[in-house]
Amino acid sequence: MFTSKSVAVCVSVLTSGSAALAQSPQFGQSIEPADIAAWDISIGPDGAGLPPGRGTAIEGEAIYVAKCQACHGDRGIGPSVVLAGALVGGMGTLAPDKTPIKTVGSYWPYATTLFDYVRRAMPFQESKSLTADEVYAVTAYILDLNGMVGSNDVIDAQSLPKVRMPNRDGFIPFPRNPK
Amino acid sequence: MVGKTHPEPGDPAAGNGILSRRIFLEGALVAGATSAGLSRGSAEPLTVQPWMKVPGPGFGGYGQPSPFESKVIKVFPPPPNPAGVGASRTPLHMLEGMITPSGLHFERSHSGVPEIDPDQHRLVIHGLVKRPLVFTVEALSRYPMQSRIAFIECGGNSQALNAPQAQPLNVAAIHGLLGCSEWTGVRLSTLLDEAGIEPQARWVIAEGADAAAMSRSIPLAKAMDDALLCLYQNGERVRPSNGYPVRLLLPGFEGNMNVKWLRRLKLTADPAMTKDETSKYTILLKDEKAWQFVFPMEVKSVITRPSPGLTLRGPGFYEISGQAWSGNGSIRQVDVSADGGRSWAPAALQGPILPKAPVRFRAAWQWNGGPAVLQSRATDDTGMMQPTRAQFGDERGLRGVYHYNAIASWRIDEKGEASNVYV
Ligand code: HEC
Repeated sequence: MFTSKSVAVCVSVLTSGSAALAQSPQFGQSIEPADIAAWDISIGPDGAGLPPGRGTAIEGEAIYVAKCQACHGDRGIGPSVVLAGALVGGMGTLAPDKTPIKTVGSYWPYATTLFDYVRRAMPFQESKSLTADEVYAVTAYILDLNGMVGSNDVIDAQSLPKVRMPNRDGFIPFPRNPK
Repeated sequence: MVGKTHPEPGDPAAGNGILSRRIFLEGALVAGATSAGLSRGSAEPLTVQPWMKVPGPGFGGYGQPSPFESKVIKVFPPPPNPAGVGASRTPLHMLEGMITPSGLHFERSHSGVPEIDPDQHRLVIHGLVKRPLVFTVEALSRYPMQSRIAFIECGGNSQALNAPQAQPLNVAAIHGLLGCSEWTGVRLSTLLDEAGIEPQARWVIAEGADAAAMSRSIPLAKAMDDALLCLYQNGERVRPSNGYPVRLLLPGFEGNMNVKWLRRLKLTADPAMTKDETSKYTILLKDEKAWQFVFPMEVKSVITRPSPGLTLRGPGFYEISGQAWSGNGSIRQVDVSADGGRSWAPAALQGPILPKAPVRFRAAWQWNGGPAVLQSRATDDTGMMQPTRAQFGDERGLRGVYHYNAIASWRIDEKGEASNVYV
């Protein structure tokens, strides 16, 4: 049985312990999810985070010609900016002993990545300037050039994650990552 | 007689003139290392130079390298690419020790270097957390800090060595996407604990405040292990080209994941599959499959001196110097060869030997003036040894672009010129 004295000692130990905890620094300010919305531009491969809006390849062509073609080339082939890369073609070039041409069509596993990336980073000189409809439309256009959707298919938050990319199963985990 | 007038032959430790590392370990005389063929002659009479006769200029607010060192600069390709895309490379052949001067630390940026006002910068932690939180830079600066010396190597470093024919490139052009700093900042785990991690969280999507909003998915385990939010680089605030005002450091992991200009951390159950973890930084293997999420930069080394552009001045003694590093731990041993890998001898390792930090290695070499192929081969404390180019290619092929870590070779010709070769 504890004596009342030893209980008192325990209590005082606990009190000073929690006082120390209270001193551990907490300098973050809380924020409501709604107030993060303007920054929360990540799109998951399941489509989580895709905004309202819609577009078709037919609508996207004009946007591509005006805002992308100068660097990425006519119909996504033959980019003038080397690092920009081709966005179209290269099908079959992942095969053994071929020189791979990795494009959205030949290599990318998820169509959602295209929306995510174009919205955050393109057009290069004025990123984040396209509306959601424009991003859907130019995404649809690049997918259409690669033969993954039809020119009149409506691409939106429901249909985009369902676009099956040919190299969807092309990736395997690296066997030597730290546990 | 006092002292030795004739040095004794050095201890050959491997073929084609590699001497014992004893001279580094014991500070012994360079026994047997002569400068035969190099006529030393006698020196000119000494005169008093002009800078000893008048006072030099006064103080400056921020020190600069000597104007005579103006060739020690980063290299980067000229346009046609838009400014700020691609990379600038560290001139490894002109540097020594383990630390990269901040102004010479390589940079890979995807949409230029943003000019960020630290008072307006914010870092948000959200997603699968109990309390979404926002931090100012001032708030981050109030947490208990930690320093560590760590390398950052771009996943695309040394990719030129995948080319079927050896390219006429120097060490900066091939291996210059490597830098090492003393990084100081706040442990990421401290802030994630403050936000309160939901049990379903497995990944952290890290995003930069550059125009590309570069983003990568990072395993939560790494974030909780040794990830650091860096505010300082080599004692001063992180340079803009390296992520000012705050960057992520994931010791040992591929450079691209060490997100610069960090503005957002979103905890999720699954990775986001961003452009830079699907289209890029994945390794296409010999068959049609590609490795995805290749995190550690595996054990590697490179000889920085001699190397292309640093011509040897006649036969005689040379120090072979280079860097070795591993994203999986500490360097245990570096071997060097002067005969293209037929024979090897251990190099001296310059302390401190730290995990996930480069080690300077040194070997003594008596060049006989004939052809030689210099190589270095590192082993880390997990026991992993750098593969030969053939072993590397056997495992994964040479189409993978990223994470090239095979043994590299410099050929030295009779003129003393070094060039990149495959053996
Ligand atoms: C001024 C030149 C320029 C313009 C205009 C431009 N891009 Fe890009 N694009 C680039 C560069 C440079 C990159 C590579 C960026 C990097 O290094 O991460 C790139 C990358 C991309 C990628 C990733 C390619 C891959 O294979 O990983 C896509 C997709 C893309 N751009 C789409 C677009 C779209 C859509 C537009 C028009 C709305 C556009 N770009 C306009 C220069 C440009």
